[in-house]
Amino acid sequence: MIPALEVLETGPLVLIEDEGRPGHASVGVGHSGAADRSAHRLGARLVGNDEHLASLEVLLGGLRVRARGRLTVALTGAPAPARVDDRPIGHASLVDLAHGSVLTLGMPAAGLRTYLTVRGGIDVAPVLGSRSADTLSGVGPPPVRAGDVLPVGPAGATFPHVDQAAHPSHAVPWGSGDTGVAELEVLPGPRSAWVGGWGSSLGGLLGTTWHVHGDSDRIGLRLSGFRVERAAPYRDVELPSEGLVRGAVQIPAGGAPVLFLADHPATGGYPVIAVLTASAIDRAAQLRPGDLVRLRPSP
Amino acid sequence: MSDEPAPASRRGLTVLPAGPDALLLEVSGAAESGIAEVLALHERVRAAVDRGEGPWPGVSDVVPAARTVLLHTRPGADLPALGAAARALAASPPPPSSPPAQGEVEIVVRYDGADLAEVAAMTGLDPAEVVRAHTSTLWRVAFGGFVPGFGYLVGGDPRLQVPRRESPRTRVPAGSVALAGEFTGVYPRASPGGWQLIGTTDAVLWDPDRSPPAVLTPGTRVRFVDIEASR
Repeated sequence: MIPALEVLETGPLVLIEDEGRPGHASVGVGHSGAADRSAHRLGARLVGNDEHLASLEVLLGGLRVRARGRLTVALTGAPAPARVDDRPIGHASLVDLAHGSVLTLGMPAAGLRTYLTVRGGIDVAPVLGSRSADTLSGVGPPPVRAGDVLPVGPAGATFPHVDQAAHPSHAVPWGSGDTGVAELEVLPGPRSAWVGGWGSSLGGLLGTTWHVHGDSDRIGLRLSGFRVERAAPYRDVELPSEGLVRGAVQIPAGGAPVLFLADHPATGGYPVIAVLTASAIDRAAQLRPGDLVRLRPSP
Repeated sequence: MSDEPAPASRRGLTVLPAGPDALLLEVSGAAESGIAEVLALHERVRAAVDRGEGPWPGVSDVVPAARTVLLHTRPGADLPALGAAARALAASPPPPSSPPAQGEVEIVVRYDGADLAEVAAMTGLDPAEVVRAHTSTLWRVAFGGFVPGFGYLVGGDPRLQVPRRESPRTRVPAGSVALAGEFTGVYPRASPGGWQLIGTTDAVLWDPDRSPPAVLTPGTRVRFVDIEASR
């Protein structure tokens, strides 16, 4: 019998994700991959997987899976109550699933995305070298549905060497000094000059407490509450489309920033005035609509 | 503040910061020449990445656009060294006789587009002249980016420059051949779109199971052929 996860129930969205699909952005296929890369990687390290093996990205819990064969798994990312059959299990811990046992993942108290990593990885067919579901281009495996049987790949030569990891500080997006406002660090973007230049408030981007808008997803996080003002010389200038990066802070015509996440378009026609640091991207991927967020320059 | 990576301009290339794992290279010069400069830069960047010397192996993806080439890098790549290498590449004389890196493809088109008559009216040509103009030049893919497999093609007859439609269509059928501004393009799949539709092709421009999956990669030369004339 091929080891597998039999999907009994899903919540709002469960996607197969790995480290992404670089190399095809020039033909309109973005990099995609796990939205919270460090949570995906922590799961891989816990179970002894190569980081390129795929895990399940579970949005707001609600997942129930049954083990076919004996499996080793770990949950990382947004901490959520979980149990195997009737036994509660820990977050960021190694968990053994006996054949036939059922893992149930509840709703995280904070954060958005919990990663279920299986030793051996989710072994669906890769598309263009990756098993990541890209919600923008439609490339990659479709969303996971109840009734799916997800094959688990052969375990690698690396063995797990810890049973539990310390909760990373971004497990709740605003970190340990809980002020209720997530602080995200940014680096200069290619068009910082359009809003006054690096060292300025970037047209009000920095220093404003933003709300995460409901119209946010794996493509990007929309912020509301203020409008970023362009500097005078750029007020009526149109920007020809240019390549976009994950973490780009783009200012569309209306002035409400978009923080681009894993499934961002390959190119965009509005100025990118700053770019999130790698860890800030991971924290941004855990923010919920209504959460408060401030951006500040990376030291 | 002084810690902003200073945009350095030399021989028309500006290296702009784009976060921890990327650099944006911007060509300068007149807007209309930007695309030719980008295509030349893109070809040389691709060649440098393929050779894999110096900092170039740190590049994981290369994205040309209208005036820029974005270099995505692997974590830990030496961005200052890469920026310097990109400037040196742009400043060095072009290789004596660079054979075209990409091939030439033919796309057979049925010129039956819903906007053909309107394009004719806007350009002052009759529909047959629009078809002749579209098929008489060798187009070149400048860049992609709208949906997988879509290419923005340049190099057309200047008389074919038409604005986008005032209200975009919510659904343009797959295989539609269209015009907008200085560009022509082919919709690889049904999608919303605001370009002027002049024809249709059965060519499959995007197939993720094929290698390479896209026909219209940047630099590829394209000749459109009228299905009526090819019979």
